Amino acid sequence: MTDAPILTVTNLSVAYEDMRTSHTIIDGVSFTLRKGEILGIVGESGSGKSMTCRALIRLLPSSRLKVTGGSVQLEGGGDVLALTPREMTGVRGRRIGMIFQNPASHLDPVMSIGRQIAESIRHHRGIGRAEAWARMLDILRQVGIPDPESRANAYTHEFSGGMRQRAMIAVALACDPDILIADEPTTALDVTVQAQILRLLQQLRDERGLSIIFITHDLGVVYQLCDTVAVMYAGRVCEYGPKDEVIHRPRHHYTAGLIACQPSSEGGTGPVHTIPGQPPNPADMPAGCRFHPRCEAANALCAKLQPSLDEAEPSHACACHHPVGMRTEAKT
Amino acid sequence: MSDPVLLDVRNLSVEFSMARSRMGLGPPRSLSAVSDVSMRVAAGETVGLVGESGSGKSTFGRAILRLGEVTAGEVFLDGQDMARARREDLARLRRETAMIFQDPYGSLNPRLTVRQAIGEVLYVHGKVGPGAAEARIAELLDLVGLDPALMDRRPGDLSGGQCQRVGIARALAIEPRLIVADECVAALDVSIQGQIINLLMELGQRMHLGMIFIAHDLAMVRRLCDRIAVMYLGRIVEEGPTEEVFKDPRHPYTRSLIEAIPEIDPARGLPSAPLPGEPPSPVDLPQGCAFHPRCPLARPECCAAVPPLVGPRAHRAACILAPGGRLNEAGGNLSETLSATPHERTMTC
Repeated sequence: MTDAPILTVTNLSVAYEDMRTSHTIIDGVSFTLRKGEILGIVGESGSGKSMTCRALIRLLPSSRLKVTGGSVQLEGGGDVLALTPREMTGVRGRRIGMIFQNPASHLDPVMSIGRQIAESIRHHRGIGRAEAWARMLDILRQVGIPDPESRANAYTHEFSGGMRQRAMIAVALACDPDILIADEPTTALDVTVQAQILRLLQQLRDERGLSIIFITHDLGVVYQLCDTVAVMYAGRVCEYGPKDEVIHRPRHHYTAGLIACQPSSEGGTGPVHTIPGQPPNPADMPAGCRFHPRCEAANALCAKLQPSLDEAEPSHACACHHPVGMRTEAKT
Repeated sequence: MSDPVLLDVRNLSVEFSMARSRMGLGPPRSLSAVSDVSMRVAAGETVGLVGESGSGKSTFGRAILRLGEVTAGEVFLDGQDMARARREDLARLRRETAMIFQDPYGSLNPRLTVRQAIGEVLYVHGKVGPGAAEARIAELLDLVGLDPALMDRRPGDLSGGQCQRVGIARALAIEPRLIVADECVAALDVSIQGQIINLLMELGQRMHLGMIFIAHDLAMVRRLCDRIAVMYLGRIVEEGPTEEVFKDPRHPYTRSLIEAIPEIDPARGLPSAPLPGEPPSPVDLPQGCAFHPRCPLARPECCAAVPPLVGPRAHRAACILAPGGRLNEAGGNLSETLSATPHERTMTC
């Protein structure tokens, strides 16, 4: 991992607008991704973690969702949000690849796996058939698909869940992107297969210097895989910093609560820790800090004023008026 | 456990017949989803059933409540076999057992209000007289921690956690003695999962319920369950008291499963050698121990026969290397056996 940022997202905001209403889904999200870094974006469903990543490659799922502000600086590529659609095709796939939770719905069911990958290589690189096919076999081998020569001719439905996810990673890596966005790629997989895929992503980072944005709801996965963590709640980043800092010394009460919710490896008895209440509805966000109705440390200030994301200590930022003060060391 | 045995499942098997191959000319085929599974649940006890997708855990849960077919075996509820029960006996099974499903939205009728959804159960089972339903519904909602003001809402107006609580209230409405909870927190967010788990723990204790908790999340199971059974491709490969199984897993599959749980633990990163491959298709099961193609400890003897579930006391495993297994009658733990009998990975079967 080097210090040069490869992707800098500043104050990215996304709103849902229709004829009558308009509400903010993503509110001023900022983070940086360095070369060879794995950034984990954690949050519950509806926290805006997937939407953030779709916004930064301009693949928002509905025309009613619009980027309303901010910038996405790609190293050597300018502001992604200002590119023309034509320039954008040079960024997607070639600079930034993306993989999803459900590979079956993102792979073509009527085209063999090998052809899908070779096609994308030819499209982006403009090289010949034979050369693209050879490169494709090479990529299948790298993502751990056994016997690529014969598996390349197989179709999506002939692959198991884990193999499909590997095939999808192969499609994303076909044009040698610098950044891979992985949107919950292991959520639908069994734990033993999840471990294989996480291991593969780690190897790709180590061998190719790939930078990865890993979206997940599982803090355990973040802890095992990522270097940096951004915790999102209700469309905002509430805590951002190096993994060890954030997980062992959480500053935001939401992060601390999420960590306490994890059923621990040591077993333990008695009730599980919970965060009371539920995440807010985007159409009806609470004023001030969006977590305050569920927060035990909230007071009148929290209900009025939105806390800004400030660095509590170097490189560890937290958006809270009353950060968790006590340095609680993690149990070992 | 001194409590009387509530449910006693003996050698339960479930098979599904499949279309013949070769355009209907091939031999008849069947898929063996559950084979030869036995399990006992006492009143007040929570048994965890874990396994990966396709391991047959849900099929087992449905079969014991007769929501699915039973091919062979017995299911005794209070000493009466329910596997082939009809009419009155089946009605008794329905009155005393309940299931909580995975998808909180999918298991509720979207057009019924919470009041109607719970009331329906009360009327069908004749639990309340006319006029008493309202009070009982409010009582049930209170029991599962829902505001009775939500009574006239429909599932679409409720969050996933609230719907799951309605599902639990419906299950409790019949005053069951046994509940099968099938992945009932898998679809919920982490902060909400804990709320549901706590509710189940509290209700189980207060109402002295027998519970089978089907899940793939081992950490949750560890918190909630007294005993645990691990399934792989339709068979139980290990069972025992929860803490014993977690501290001293005896089947190599259980061991890999526990190692693969992503956890916040500085001492444990990603497993350096994760279990290779994926479970094979249940249509074409491997010979002998079904786990041997993925097993890091496999040896030629593993292909010979399906290993029986053996072991001292209540903690048993289906592996020839486990204590009491064919190659480990002395009862040493797995690593001792391994150092004593070096093996070559030359499998020919």
